[in-house]
Amino acid sequence: MRIVILGNGISGVTAARHIRKQSDHPITIISSETPYFFSRTALMYVYMGHMRFQDTQPYENNFWVKNRIDLVQAHITDIHFGDRFLLSENGEKIFYDKLILALGSKPNKFGWPGQDLQAVHGLYHKQDLEAMEKHSKGLKRAVIVGGGLIGLEMAEMFLSRHIPVTFLVREPDYWRVVLPAEESAMVSRHIRHHGIDLRLSTELKEIIDDGNGKACAVMTHKNERIDCGFVGLTAGVSPNVAFLKKTELAIGRGIQVNEFLKTNQPHVYAIGDCAEMLTPKAGRRPIEAVWYTGRMMGETVAQNICGKKTAYQPGIWFNSAKFLDIEYQVYGTIPSILPQGIETIYWEHPDGDKSIRINYRKDNGTVTGFNLMGIRYRHQVCEKWIKSKAHIEEVLMHLALANFDPEFFKTYEQEILATYNQQTGKSLRAKSQRRLSSVLSFLKSN
Amino acid sequence: MNTFSVNNNHVWTKPLTSRGVAAWILGVILTGFYILLYFFPALLGKGGDGAPNTGIIALFDPLSYALKGKPASEWFLYGTLYTLAILGFGIKFIRKYRHNKYEILRTISVMFFQLGFAFLLPEILQKLNKPYYDFKNMWPLNYYMFDAYNLDAYLSSGTIGLMMLVWGLLMIFVISPILTYYFGKRWFCSWVCGCGGLAETAGDSFRHLSDKSLKAWKIERWIIHSVLIFVVIMTIGVLYSYVYDHPGKLTVTRNHLTAIFLVTLSLAGIFIGSNWFKGIQKVDRRKALIAIGIIIALVITAHLGHRKNILFVDNGLLRQWYGFFIGAIFSGVVGVGFYPILGSRVWCRYGCPMAAILGIQQKLFSRFRITTNGGQCISCGNCSTYCEMGIDVRAYAQKGENIVRASCVGCGVCSAVCPRGVLKLEGSAFDISDRVLVNE
Repeated sequence: MRIVILGNGISGVTAARHIRKQSDHPITIISSETPYFFSRTALMYVYMGHMRFQDTQPYENNFWVKNRIDLVQAHITDIHFGDRFLLSENGEKIFYDKLILALGSKPNKFGWPGQDLQAVHGLYHKQDLEAMEKHSKGLKRAVIVGGGLIGLEMAEMFLSRHIPVTFLVREPDYWRVVLPAEESAMVSRHIRHHGIDLRLSTELKEIIDDGNGKACAVMTHKNERIDCGFVGLTAGVSPNVAFLKKTELAIGRGIQVNEFLKTNQPHVYAIGDCAEMLTPKAGRRPIEAVWYTGRMMGETVAQNICGKKTAYQPGIWFNSAKFLDIEYQVYGTIPSILPQGIETIYWEHPDGDKSIRINYRKDNGTVTGFNLMGIRYRHQVCEKWIKSKAHIEEVLMHLALANFDPEFFKTYEQEILATYNQQTGKSLRAKSQRRLSSVLSFLKSN
Repeated sequence: MNTFSVNNNHVWTKPLTSRGVAAWILGVILTGFYILLYFFPALLGKGGDGAPNTGIIALFDPLSYALKGKPASEWFLYGTLYTLAILGFGIKFIRKYRHNKYEILRTISVMFFQLGFAFLLPEILQKLNKPYYDFKNMWPLNYYMFDAYNLDAYLSSGTIGLMMLVWGLLMIFVISPILTYYFGKRWFCSWVCGCGGLAETAGDSFRHLSDKSLKAWKIERWIIHSVLIFVVIMTIGVLYSYVYDHPGKLTVTRNHLTAIFLVTLSLAGIFIGSNWFKGIQKVDRRKALIAIGIIIALVITAHLGHRKNILFVDNGLLRQWYGFFIGAIFSGVVGVGFYPILGSRVWCRYGCPMAAILGIQQKLFSRFRITTNGGQCISCGNCSTYCEMGIDVRAYAQKGENIVRASCVGCGVCSAVCPRGVLKLEGSAFDISDRVLVNE
């Protein structure tokens, strides 16, 4: 049974590794981007000089030979689902018995005038990194459009080379569509603290041509002109499925898949950023373009291909990021606007760069989510509390179990407990200590 | 705003830190300095046969007189420069990692042990006419501990001399295993040790140059354990020679020595060979047992045969070879001279027999491990890149496995550079026998 995986990102590569663990089927991974798998999220560190590109490759080059995974660098232009083959740019046919589409995303462009000029790029592919490198020489200012994670990463990259950055964000605060107001304001402050020219509630109107097909300035919707030599478009991503739209494959915003990650075509699966769940789990979005879900889908599709019918179970939502110096972790659901029936406790460090937020249900006290800024919490502990519907007071009394900051770091669990006591008039006291033995016995207990 | 993160901007693009021309120039200077120091001290201005010092060494005479009332030697010059490097680059390190209390405390600790224990205390002891002694150093890192001149000094210095000898034996056989059990080998390698101290401070800018390949890991295990075997055989030989050279003058006889060696080696064999401790593979277990078997055979031949000749060459010659190839060339010329090319922990990773022993202890019976935070790893590679010991930390982190590696010195930098809060150095006795297993 020949298995072909289109895309060598985290989803496709995880699928290949897990299929190999369980079977001897021939596996081929096709990508036009790079010969070897690399960590997309690490591209910024290459630009900043923290790592070389080869350091972003999690496996040594002979890993693929050793595991009998064939790597093919080719650009696929069409897929014939009836005859089960992929067609490459130079006319080569690659046949499959099972096909996994792990096509990833492409940066969004919303029809802005000038969006296809030179020196206008997103940050997704290795080629985007190369373009940023090329345009950085002698660059006087970069303008970045879109108030999300990638935009801020791009800004940090330019800052590392002392290139001034103007950051246009449509929302009234940074990443306000995801973060609650306080955290969002914290990151906005932090961005300005780093000397980034942050323009909130500002939209891009057009990108101006310098007469030679290269961007030289942007115009905002307030008709303000900002001169620049590079424009970063980071207003989110969408599934990279355009070349398949004319085929029989069912495509909505992404490739539609059922809970077993199967598409409407026989023997064809889709995973990662390009997959759109027809029946997403409660509280989850149909397309979740993050590293972790891609990895989990890769594991699930491997089970299904190897004959163990397995539904995609993403578990409790989690994510993490780093906003310049502030690390961010979320476990469970933390909506940007507090819904009816949910209560929140929020503690923020007087310095304004660390915070802990815990959400819980008003009716029964069940904990629903954790949001951490500048503080590390332990994934398994938070997940267990949310899954087991632990009561907020139980969680607060044992909160030290969740702390994952390095040894000797100051802990703030007592502060959030005090905040709760103050809000409710109770006088709870901490019962657990920050010790691995306590954590392990908690995780092993029922 | 108080938040900082580790700034590694341009590390891989600046010539000095990316094996550029500047790195090679610095490498040549450092290597050259070590060669002068070890083999041509006269060129540094050392005055021989009562002649006064000149050149660089003479510059250190006033400090040397102030500390011990004697002129400086090339070793005094080296010790002073070494200490200044740890103090100066230690301050730089603390600034770079100022948001991280673990790194700050650890660095203050290595600065303290270098200045107090490695530099000032031994000099003061000499002023008081006591043997030179660094209380934090231990055999086999100080392979000269059992040299005749050292043993003579301990045995002729009354109670304090005997105390030093007993302390040295306690350090290696009692104190270090206990501390390694609780904290991992980091208590020594990145909190106390002078070699580690220099690597962590002056070598910090070169930590990313360590080789992360599986091949390098394999070479590492072969070389470091060979050095360990070498130092054990050499020391056994030196002790037999000492007893042989002092007939009737010592309480300890040849029979005592043989008994002590055989008991210690057999215990080590039982220890490694049994199934009490997981975390070591069968093939490695077998190799360790073969090595111990060879050493036992050598002990028996030394006991029965000529006592000045353990490995078919004179024990004194064996000791000289060790001092030359391992003590001087490996730990000094290559270990520090090649910082800008091979990274800062070449000696600690490939050569140090002390690190080898503590590593075996860490792998077999320590609470210490680096835990990984569930699924938050994005495989970015910062942890592996900045691991000075060349451990591919990411390979474990992306699978959610604990990291229990013999070579890990617990510097904590992988955790500090992780952009997703995935790694934590910690310890527990709760699951000590299966801490190496997958954490799912």
